[in-house]
Amino acid sequence: MTMDHDTPYDGLADQHGDDARWAFGTGFTDPLEGIDTTVPDDLDPAALATYCLMLGDDALIYSHRLQQWMTRMPELEEETAIANIALDLLGQARMLLARAGTINGRTEDQLAYFRDEADFRNVRLVEEPDRDFAELVGRLLVFSTWRLALFDRLVDCPDPVLAAIAGKGVKELSYHRDYAAQWVIRLGDGTDVSRQRMQAALAAIWPLVDELFRVHPVALVTADRSEFDAVLDTVLATATLDRPAAAPLAAVGGRTGRDGVHTEALGYVLAELQSVARAHPDATW
Amino acid sequence: MVTATTTAWAAAAGTPDPELPMLTLADLGILRDVHETAGVVIATITPTYSGCPAMREIAADLRDRLQRAGYRDVEIRTQLAPAWSSDWITDEGRRKLTRAGIAPPTGAPRRTGPVALTLGRPTPAACPRCGSGNTTLTAAFSSTACKSLHRCADCAEPFESIKAI
Repeated sequence: MTMDHDTPYDGLADQHGDDARWAFGTGFTDPLEGIDTTVPDDLDPAALATYCLMLGDDALIYSHRLQQWMTRMPELEEETAIANIALDLLGQARMLLARAGTINGRTEDQLAYFRDEADFRNVRLVEEPDRDFAELVGRLLVFSTWRLALFDRLVDCPDPVLAAIAGKGVKELSYHRDYAAQWVIRLGDGTDVSRQRMQAALAAIWPLVDELFRVHPVALVTADRSEFDAVLDTVLATATLDRPAAAPLAAVGGRTGRDGVHTEALGYVLAELQSVARAHPDATW
Repeated sequence: MVTATTTAWAAAAGTPDPELPMLTLADLGILRDVHETAGVVIATITPTYSGCPAMREIAADLRDRLQRAGYRDVEIRTQLAPAWSSDWITDEGRRKLTRAGIAPPTGAPRRTGPVALTLGRPTPAACPRCGSGNTTLTAAFSSTACKSLHRCADCAEPFESIKAI
């Protein structure tokens, strides 16, 4: 077996063209390289870009929150699982931000690192930190069930690029949802303590569920609430857990995460996510 | 020109996958097309998973291989649809995986209607070492996005399997 690089160091240090970036060993290529990104005539480009940004921001911020669990998971297998899930979502985020960028003339890096809080369009569910493992798997169950239902419909949307990104995402999200569901059941139908904590975790997450189903003017599809409810009901019943009755987190003047109105938590995520890129915007390796 | 295109395909197809170097890009089914237009060789690849970190290396290795085979102008394109399926791994690829101690994937799930929730135990993967079906899934995710982790109850060895997607 011959390596294409003589030493691993050559591989890390090489540059392909002039795409060097500040992150070590990356030099990321465009995730949509060579794909026809023409917007179909019957779609409003600005609305499509905004919608891709929304779906991309959901994945980017949530991936970052999951990455914060690295080195803190109870077992190595769970560490690997969450790292893999975060990586899938980061991949989805890159493609979706790149899709938005093909329309508004910005790169995925500019969109990820140089936008301010009010310009982020993610739902508020993904920005809040998980306070324990039960919240982690509970939020993942809610998020992946909703996003899977949404992506399953996006596969038939009129933008072929977004449809293709969704088509890949469906396969990944199915795995994420199964993983989360199995943990929610294990904790819910476990000991008295684990059941109590899983129930408390759901109560903490539930106020953020309604926002996922708000209809936004730029959205090309809406996830089917009854499909989401059916999956959650099955999992909760198997887990011997009750569906929480918490009231939804209020909108601010009718505006929520999709309109750039966020909880305090997002500022902390962005500070960590963006600080290096902002401190050294032109740095290369 | 048929001959030149065939050769370009052969040069591209032999490129090893950076994370599963026992397989070529053709074995893995991620090399979708190689053709020559107006002196430019265009090779099209598809990612296994959205976040696959090897895509950049794959594109660079592919370009390198084709250039060393004498094709000076090379263009690498990505294709997202249809999304990669583990069913696209060739028979030869499956044999190579087994020889390397990695269980090849079972058939990818097919469906009509919403994706079904999987709460039960998955179909056990056959142990690539002793062939036993008496195995358990120890983790749905493993060292790369495309694999899961298993243990064989008969030969007591852990092994990885390519996830069926």
